[in-house]
Amino acid sequence: MPPFIETASQTAGPYVHIGCTPNVCGIAMYGGDLGAVMKTGPVRGEEITLTGAVHDGMGAVLKDALVEIWQADAAGLFNTPHERRGQADPNFTGFGRSAGDMNTGEFTFHTVKPGRVPWPDGRLQAPHVSVWVVARGINIGLQTRLYFADEEAANAEDPILSRIEHRARAETLIARRSGPRAYRFDIHLQGPKETVFLDI
Amino acid sequence: MPPEQMPPPPLGGFMARNRAAQPAALHPPYKTSVWRSPRAPLLSFPSSLSEETGPVFGQSLLGPLDADLLSNFAAPGETAIGPRIIVHGRVVDEGGRGVPGALVEVWQANAGGRYRHAKEGYLAPLDPNFGGCGRCLTDAEGHYSFRTVMPGPYPWPNGGNDWRPAHIHLSLFGPSFAQRLITQMYFEGDPLIPLCPILGAVTDAAALQRLVATLDMQATIPMDSRAFRFDIVLRGRRQSVFENRKEGL
Ligand SMILES: [Fe+3]
Repeated sequence: MPPFIETASQTAGPYVHIGCTPNVCGIAMYGGDLGAVMKTGPVRGEEITLTGAVHDGMGAVLKDALVEIWQADAAGLFNTPHERRGQADPNFTGFGRSAGDMNTGEFTFHTVKPGRVPWPDGRLQAPHVSVWVVARGINIGLQTRLYFADEEAANAEDPILSRIEHRARAETLIARRSGPRAYRFDIHLQGPKETVFLDI
Repeated sequence: MPPEQMPPPPLGGFMARNRAAQPAALHPPYKTSVWRSPRAPLLSFPSSLSEETGPVFGQSLLGPLDADLLSNFAAPGETAIGPRIIVHGRVVDEGGRGVPGALVEVWQANAGGRYRHAKEGYLAPLDPNFGGCGRCLTDAEGHYSFRTVMPGPYPWPNGGNDWRPAHIHLSLFGPSFAQRLITQMYFEGDPLIPLCPILGAVTDAAALQRLVATLDMQATIPMDSRAFRFDIVLRGRRQSVFENRKEGL
């Protein structure tokens, strides 16, 4: 019997984009990159843009990161056959992948504001987006969450946000309004503004 | 039955990650990890639907040559240069169950150790017929397979004279976002394996050994391609007491 222990993670390395977003690095494949389009038709709910960057411990922006997001639709439903609570918006995939701009490192997602999703005990979580970051130098992918600054009431009762001991650290998970229907979310791998990363 | 038509298994909470079998975030011999590793402890929480669900991809995503790196970037009638190999294996979860419909994306250097990337400066030449990426979905039992060339080892700026052992990068999607994994597979017998600062971050000897693909003569195609086997384990769900009771009734 082989031991069924999760395979060890390894860094995505400097060329993760060849495998995950080949079209971004000039390798025309697959008729387009996976996760480049989250909206495949008219969607329900508020359409928003999420932008940001990943920063290292010296404050420099990573230009070789890959950021992925996974989220519910505006009604709080996930577009997967495993969703049993209802039918998610068929025109919204819920999955986004961004290589970041090759020159500025800025990532962008054109998505919708997610609805609320229940916690295992039935309480509602605040609207949030699951975020996963890999890059050269990151040995194991980092999971975090993006919440919304204009959801104060929901954020105050969110099971994860409300349990972060240091309030300043909870702030690292909050995306700020940066324009009409636009939010900014910066991820800090290390340093005084280090993002809260999750072990879920 | 194609994976997308199979009834989905019940969702459930994930077992805690076996961190002892994973690399530490900070591994100073791999210099880039020094400024890119979080220093605060990770915040532990039970999984919710947000992590237990994830994107599910169907066969309609794939083109006929996606899993064939020998020809998916090659001019018509041409093929990539280098030793032809088949890489195959099974994707299971920590309960040992095959994971159907898992998307496996791969990327690698060509046979000379050169990547097709603007930031890559190694003097080994590009192969005009090799793009270096491919993808496939696992079948109903979790098996996957792709065709490629054996990648070459390559030098990289870290210590004064570091060389990566020959390797293929793999990215995996199980049905849950919590299972998301990127790893690298290595080749049995490569003398660079024990010297690699990136592999050195995996301190559990058995976990490191599981990253090494083995020559599989059974799957080798005579006069065509050698085969290497690489099995992958994704995180597993906790079986709840409730589920056990229901089965016992
Ligand atoms: Fe590599």
